Amino acid sequence: MFELTIEQLTSGLKERLFSSVELIKTYQERIRKNDDKIKSFVNLSENCLEEAKKADEEIFKDANVFMRKKLIGIPLAVKDNFLTIGIKTTASSKVLEDYYPVYDATVVSRLKVSGSIILGKTNMDAWAHGSSTETSQFFTTHNPWNINRLPGGSSGGSAAAVVAGFIAGAIGSETAGSIRQPASWCGVTGLKPSYGVVSRYGVIAMASSTDSPGPITKSVKDAKIVFSTLIGRDPKDATSVDFSLKEEKLPQNLTIGIPKEYFFAELQEDVSRKVFEAIETLKNTGLRVKEISLLDPKYSVADYTILQRAEVSSNLARYDGIRYGNDRSFFGDEARRRMMLGTYVLSAGYYDSYYLKAQKVRTIICHDFEKTFSEVDLIIAPTSPCTALPVGSSKGSSMFGELQDILVEASSLAGLPGLNIPCGFDKNGLPIGMQIIGPRFSESLILSLGEHYQSLTDWHKKKPKVEDKK
Amino acid sequence: MDKLTKQETEHIAKLANLTLSAEELEKISGQLSETIDYIKKLNVLDTSIVLPTAQTTGLKNVFREDKVQPSLPQRNVLSNAKKTYKGFFVTKSVFD
Repeated sequence: MFELTIEQLTSGLKERLFSSVELIKTYQERIRKNDDKIKSFVNLSENCLEEAKKADEEIFKDANVFMRKKLIGIPLAVKDNFLTIGIKTTASSKVLEDYYPVYDATVVSRLKVSGSIILGKTNMDAWAHGSSTETSQFFTTHNPWNINRLPGGSSGGSAAAVVAGFIAGAIGSETAGSIRQPASWCGVTGLKPSYGVVSRYGVIAMASSTDSPGPITKSVKDAKIVFSTLIGRDPKDATSVDFSLKEEKLPQNLTIGIPKEYFFAELQEDVSRKVFEAIETLKNTGLRVKEISLLDPKYSVADYTILQRAEVSSNLARYDGIRYGNDRSFFGDEARRRMMLGTYVLSAGYYDSYYLKAQKVRTIICHDFEKTFSEVDLIIAPTSPCTALPVGSSKGSSMFGELQDILVEASSLAGLPGLNIPCGFDKNGLPIGMQIIGPRFSESLILSLGEHYQSLTDWHKKKPKVEDKK
Repeated sequence: MDKLTKQETEHIAKLANLTLSAEELEKISGQLSETIDYIKKLNVLDTSIVLPTAQTTGLKNVFREDKVQPSLPQRNVLSNAKKTYKGFFVTKSVFD
């Protein structure tokens, strides 16, 4: 049961092959037996069996409930930076180690409206600062493909839980890379929506001008189902936009751009090879491919670092331990470094040369993509410069996250959507991911291309044997 | 690389409302200097005629109806506070 997609689980529930209660028990059992090796969850919900019982009753009473509630009875996991009433929410930080939210994030309330059951909260880099899940102040999550490797981050717990079969699907959040990069390292599908499409209300803020919640799932079809329940304007987040998902057929003359700067010399050799093989697979079905040129991604690393640190320093200023949580002495090294750098680039005398400069470079990055999308419909590139790195790799490096996210930062700064899909394995058996990037609000088209690719390949169906891991 | 001085690092820590030991200050000033060195890469890009970008959706003047709605009960709001007094949060005193 734990290998099935959300789509398959929903048809199983429809045909009464199993109940939601059975589903929840299966996952709980699997988590109990195996998560001590992976450590993907930080907190499990205590009420989910009751909720599953209610879902089963609803399904029993009304066969059409699946039309109204797309995720009825489906267990999902949520990254620990989304507020959940009654389930401890820590953002994997000691500052919030005993924090119980008194309201739900909009993403969480929308998941509840769609009938899904939140099984637990997943581990992450503390405050979403990082790309390893090693900066979690509780424990490191391990990659289910090889437990000596990292799952990526910051939504590392969500990605690991999905590929390990601990959960049908999960919610992550991305500021620049935090959905796509762990999805790539764990071999799952991850959609980072356009900025504004999914509400940030009740998400513990990292960098407010790029934070974008999105799904991490076993297939593009599943990502689409979960995503469709999250979208739409939210009066509680003034930056959210009206948005609807369309069934979009891939146009015959769809042109895909391949940015040569994203295949730089340091890229792991088999990553580049597998992404080109995937492009070849798509080309063979009649899609056009064109080499394009984008701004060197090293500039987006520098640009993102300035803007994100500045926003972090402002967002974390509120944690004083008065209304909730612990005082500021509980912050870990990474959060302190980020707040201090942010404070520095915003401080008198440095604002123009760093922060304002970075905002101007952000304009250059946005224009660069606008120009490119007048020539091509979508872009394909590797998601990460390498496959999952060994546990311990991020320690002592003050720029680990930014350098791992070199291929996703520019599109995040421009507010564009991006989808990671598995496209092969490296020589050590670790998953490789490619990303599809599109113009702002082009999720429908991106998902169509992703579905098309997954109809041609089986990479997304490969799963690690978690039971044998010691 | 221009290394941040001890005084500069201390000043930033103070602005960020963080208390660091001498050893931590020393370590973090090195790390901050490394990052500052990296972000200087942007200086080679000419931005003399470029306007800054603060947001990407292009939304302007987002309004909502000013409607009174029920707020959270006081008990819930105070439920996570370490110290409360007669329905208030207890803070450190501002004046000596």
